[in-house]
Amino acid sequence: MNIAEVKSYIEKTLPGTKLTIVRDSLLIENPADLPRVAGLLKESDTYRVDYLASITGADYLQYLECVYHLFSMERKIGPVILRARTNRENPSVPSLVPIYRGAEYQEREIFDLFGIFFDGHPDLRRILMWEGLNASPMRKDYQQEDREKLSAEDIRWLDEHGVSVPPEFRESQQG
Amino acid sequence: MPKSYTVQNTDLLDTQTLEVNFGPQHPSTHGVFRMFVELDGEVIVTLKPVMGYLHRNHEQIAENLTYLGIMPYTDRLDYFNAMTNNLGYAMAVEKLAGITVPERAQYIRVIVSEFTRLINHLSLVGFLLNDLGAFFTPILYAFREREKILDVFEEISGSRMMCNYLRFGGVKCDLSPAVLETMKKITRNFPKFLDEFEALLSKNEILCMRCQNVGVLPKELAVNSSITGPVLRASGINYDIRKVDRYSLYDRFRFRVPLGRKGDTYDRYYVRVLEMRESVKILEQALQDIPVGEILNPKTAPFAKAPRNFKPPVGEDYGRIESPKGELGYYVVSDGTPQPWRYHIRAPSFINLTILEDICLGHKVADAIIILGSLDIVLGEVDR
Repeated sequence: MNIAEVKSYIEKTLPGTKLTIVRDSLLIENPADLPRVAGLLKESDTYRVDYLASITGADYLQYLECVYHLFSMERKIGPVILRARTNRENPSVPSLVPIYRGAEYQEREIFDLFGIFFDGHPDLRRILMWEGLNASPMRKDYQQEDREKLSAEDIRWLDEHGVSVPPEFRESQQG
Repeated sequence: MPKSYTVQNTDLLDTQTLEVNFGPQHPSTHGVFRMFVELDGEVIVTLKPVMGYLHRNHEQIAENLTYLGIMPYTDRLDYFNAMTNNLGYAMAVEKLAGITVPERAQYIRVIVSEFTRLINHLSLVGFLLNDLGAFFTPILYAFREREKILDVFEEISGSRMMCNYLRFGGVKCDLSPAVLETMKKITRNFPKFLDEFEALLSKNEILCMRCQNVGVLPKELAVNSSITGPVLRASGINYDIRKVDRYSLYDRFRFRVPLGRKGDTYDRYYVRVLEMRESVKILEQALQDIPVGEILNPKTAPFAKAPRNFKPPVGEDYGRIESPKGELGYYVVSDGTPQPWRYHIRAPSFINLTILEDICLGHKVADAIIILGSLDIVLGEVDR
């Protein structure tokens, strides 16, 4: 599938959509356009992109990115690769679940591991990690917990119960 | 969206639904998987899959390893099908780095992946019958055949299940003439075993009664939910990546893609039996035509000894294959260093679970177990 053709087709049918070609994929400059673009590709008679194969989250330090690999089961062509970028502080991308049911668990996984919110997802909960975890483990700045040190809560409990905690098990003051 | 099931309460008796947790330690969930089920009597009203008990963040581990170092980790994803997991990953990296594979190695790859398909479908059918109550007799028949294939895998790769056999640009070891002879013998005898297996099972009344019209998956829902593999084809959609992408050498072999008609549990069982017959056809052709030659691209051979020197150019690629469970995709982003910047797996059993609730609603609890069995999940791959 020629990505430049797909780009001009989308720009012709949906005026106002800003697209950029990145490698062999289409970057959607404004993530809010994503459902419109995906819906158009799905309904269009030329492409019939009816199958969302995979969604990947990625951390590029300056921004977070979602990469969508779409194929057509009817025409047996593909892939069309779409990208949407979002900031790190308040990451949010529109959900594709109303268009492709198959996005449901994959978006939950990205929410779980990257902390990207998907607006319009019917059931956005953690799927692999446990409830109550306050971190996004797949982000590049994620720090694994230090198993050599005890947490402040545990130290307090031990102190209350009269157990002396050696200084090497205490977390350093710098944090 | 899942269709809803309303509690039937015709008389004035005050009834309540019952909440049951299936698993995580339950023999029929095929691993540590939990189904949170709400029951009206015996009928399922809601079902929520709960997973993550086997999660080890495979993707993050991989981002701190060399490209070749990831290969043994992929074995542990879907631990029944180590060879196809290797193949998907090797193909993604080969696309990324532009590595070609010699012809003999391609043949070996096709042969081992078709043997893997046989193993997977055999175990699936065995476990499905286990769930149906045919306790351990069919699965031991299936495992008897699986054992022969595992012995071959041990001989060529050194390990029965965690094979770690493929390398970028080829395979690790060559097949000796004796191994090829054993493979031919297994392939020759396999249809006989399948005939026997099918005579006992495919028209068995209990199997038919329990499986037919249970867990019907409509075509449109299957496509929209990104279902792949035998589950999709049982719903009647002709989509096999071996035929669509024609990766490796699959365009050279004559085989058909079996399709189901209704998309019920029986179709999902029978499509797999038929797929085994097609795999045998591919194996016969491949074992007949396998040429003599190199098994590893000489350009990449040094990287097997020094994996840190292997640095694919900056870029990204998505490689996908038809694994026995569905579309297995690997998305690899390289930043030019020995470690991948991003490495993601599109796991077929994880995504096939999306429709579990839809096809279980309104059925009895016992049916949910065989529906889950017929979806063919492996928790190593679901949780990653």
